[in-house]
Amino acid sequence: MSAGLSVATVRTLLAYAVMAVLLILVGFGQSWSLALAILNLCLISAVMSLGVNLQWGYAGIFNVGIMGFAALGGVAAVLVSSEPVADAWAAGGADMALAALAALVVCGLLAIVYRRFHKGPLRAIVMSAVIVVGYVAVRLFYDPAVAAIESVNPAKTGYLGGLGLPILVSWLVGGLFAGGAAWVVGKIALGLRADYLAIATLGISEIIVAVLKNEDWLTRGVKNVTGLPRPVPYEIDLQSSPGFIAWVERWHSDALAGLSGETREAALQLMVIDAAGVIVKLSYAGLFATVLVIILTLLVLALKSPWGRMVRAIRDNETAAAAMGKDVTMRHLQIFVLGSAIVGVAGAMLTTLDGQFTPGTYNPLRFTFLIMVMVIVGGSGNNLGAVLGGFLIWFVWIQAEPAGTWLMNLITASMDESNTIRAHLLDSAQHMRVILMGAVLLTVLRFSPGGILPERRETA
Amino acid sequence: MDLLNAIVLFSNFVVLPGLAYGSQLALGALGVTLVFGILRFANFAHGDMMAFGTMVTILVTWWLQSAGIGLGVLPTALLALPFGIAFAALFALATDRLVYRYYRKVRASPGVFVMASIGVMFIMNGIVRLVIGPEDQRFGDGERFIIRAREFREITGLDEGLAIRTSQALTIVLAIILVAALFWFLQKTKTGTSMRAFSDNANLALLSGIDPERVVRITWLIAAALATIAGALYGLDKSFKPFTYFQLLLPIFAAAIVGGIGQPVGAIVGGYIVAFSEVTITYAYKKLLAYLLPEGLEPDGLMQFLSTDYKFAVSFIILVIVLLVRPTGIFRGKVI
Repeated sequence: MSAGLSVATVRTLLAYAVMAVLLILVGFGQSWSLALAILNLCLISAVMSLGVNLQWGYAGIFNVGIMGFAALGGVAAVLVSSEPVADAWAAGGADMALAALAALVVCGLLAIVYRRFHKGPLRAIVMSAVIVVGYVAVRLFYDPAVAAIESVNPAKTGYLGGLGLPILVSWLVGGLFAGGAAWVVGKIALGLRADYLAIATLGISEIIVAVLKNEDWLTRGVKNVTGLPRPVPYEIDLQSSPGFIAWVERWHSDALAGLSGETREAALQLMVIDAAGVIVKLSYAGLFATVLVIILTLLVLALKSPWGRMVRAIRDNETAAAAMGKDVTMRHLQIFVLGSAIVGVAGAMLTTLDGQFTPGTYNPLRFTFLIMVMVIVGGSGNNLGAVLGGFLIWFVWIQAEPAGTWLMNLITASMDESNTIRAHLLDSAQHMRVILMGAVLLTVLRFSPGGILPERRETA
Repeated sequence: MDLLNAIVLFSNFVVLPGLAYGSQLALGALGVTLVFGILRFANFAHGDMMAFGTMVTILVTWWLQSAGIGLGVLPTALLALPFGIAFAALFALATDRLVYRYYRKVRASPGVFVMASIGVMFIMNGIVRLVIGPEDQRFGDGERFIIRAREFREITGLDEGLAIRTSQALTIVLAIILVAALFWFLQKTKTGTSMRAFSDNANLALLSGIDPERVVRITWLIAAALATIAGALYGLDKSFKPFTYFQLLLPIFAAAIVGGIGQPVGAIVGGYIVAFSEVTITYAYKKLLAYLLPEGLEPDGLMQFLSTDYKFAVSFIILVIVLLVRPTGIFRGKVI
């Protein structure tokens, strides 16, 4: 071990210690419930950040469609865990299946035409004809199916529902969905210019979110799917469970010792409510941390393997790696699919935590560009750095809002209460954090391009 | 008669909106393509630069309106436009000085440039939201229509009306003037020639004594001016909402790539291709077919290929087709 390595290790430990202190300070200063809520989203952000770091940090792939892959994870949560709507299946299921079958036939025909005809205008014309006729055929079944499904109790369901499986399954399915979408996009745009992939991913993510907002039969669209089942107990159940109450009583026995009668009952009830909230959040944190550790371990192992060395060789010099017989495009496709799948898992985790699926909340600033800031600030090319970036940037993003309001209050303190400029500034304090993120990204990129925990370059 | 009605209907709902939208996209794509040609990176902050310039234009428009200054039948925003351009240009030059110049000096990879442009995008986006807010803003005034649908029907005696909005006519006229001026500048002036030389071969241009920093400054000036004008025209034509301007990035990039990135002519052609594909594919043809088909054959459905919610899909599909069939674009742009 050289001296440089240990400096890097100390730096890593120190950075994580600072992060832990920040969260603990929130616990003492604001509330433990809030600190845990932030921690849960920090963990999810860290998983997303790991996926993006795999793409950007280890392969230099520029993915601007993170939002879309996260949203696909969210859909997986709905399709796996919500109860199937039998009436909707009866009303439109058959037509929808026929529409899907028709779409499959069209794809098969396209493949046959593509293989049988030689490249040229004739092939293009035949393929366009197949697409147009096929599209009309699909719509023939699809339109009535949609109308039938959406008219089944539209206020409550109006969609096909899901499979009614445990929601934890959806974390894997979310990864599969996102990975599948990434495979299609990567197949088309990888191997061309780097910014083409960026723009293609930007497009696909906008389309995915548009589909989720408008295809009510699938996800209820902007009507949202609420009340998704939880992988952890409900607060209400805990609060009414005698065993849990007894446990809280034992835990707080010192504080309760001096009290008696009704005051003791009231105090105990408050403690039970408080403890139930904390336990639920802790259970989530445990699940998320498990996923984070599994993915992190797998990534670290993969990147230490010969495969990882090859990937870094390709990033550092594509031409040289290609000359040595490495299939650059294939490796890029692999990494793009893997990274997007990790983002999909995180997306499913996020929807699980929310307990509801709200397509209207996906916006690129929060779901794409903020994740990029996490990777750059944390340290692109370093997995521990990416995790730290996920924690730190999410923490700053959440805490910048009260800080911005506080700052605006300070600035406008001398102004009159009814001053319209004061009201406007106070209203828009929340937008300060967007500027702050931009400034942080530019500063890190300029003065410390490796991020807080730079990639460790192993020599020889 | 039915044929005439069909033509008027088609012009009113497809040709005119397509021309106006295409002109706006073309102006935006010209900026993207110029920045790409000279600075060699895809500027993700372009949409927010449009929003920033438009925001300044809107604020000055409101101030002029409250001061009672106007242009009569034309929108007051035209008077405010120079202010918007000036601020956007200043902002662009400042970001170049503070951000991009350093990366040029260290010869950073295009990926780093794009990442930096995302940082700039964040800041511009935050400023726009801070100053004017994320909501919809309207700032059009003056005569809204050159000819109203009802007047058109009375004049011609047709069933269908053709409405020409001032903002549409203004967009098309301004776009023609700007494009003509830009091409004259690029082809005939010494500065324009040096820009083209720099875009073609930066090293050779350096050897010939062209000052690269000056070329870059002028590129930013032109890009900011085009972005502000495109943004203000789009805002007059539809409405101003910061997030919509970010979303315009996709069709604008698609336009630049279809035409061949780095090629000004391509950006214009690409702008109209993307706009017309979007409008024709999301238009409901029911009424048009009712005029054209013999009686009894009228379609029942809306005859709409794709709902307008999916207009991004059109840009995306065009992009994919170009990537598969001709990655260099129609006018053989750069492939790095």
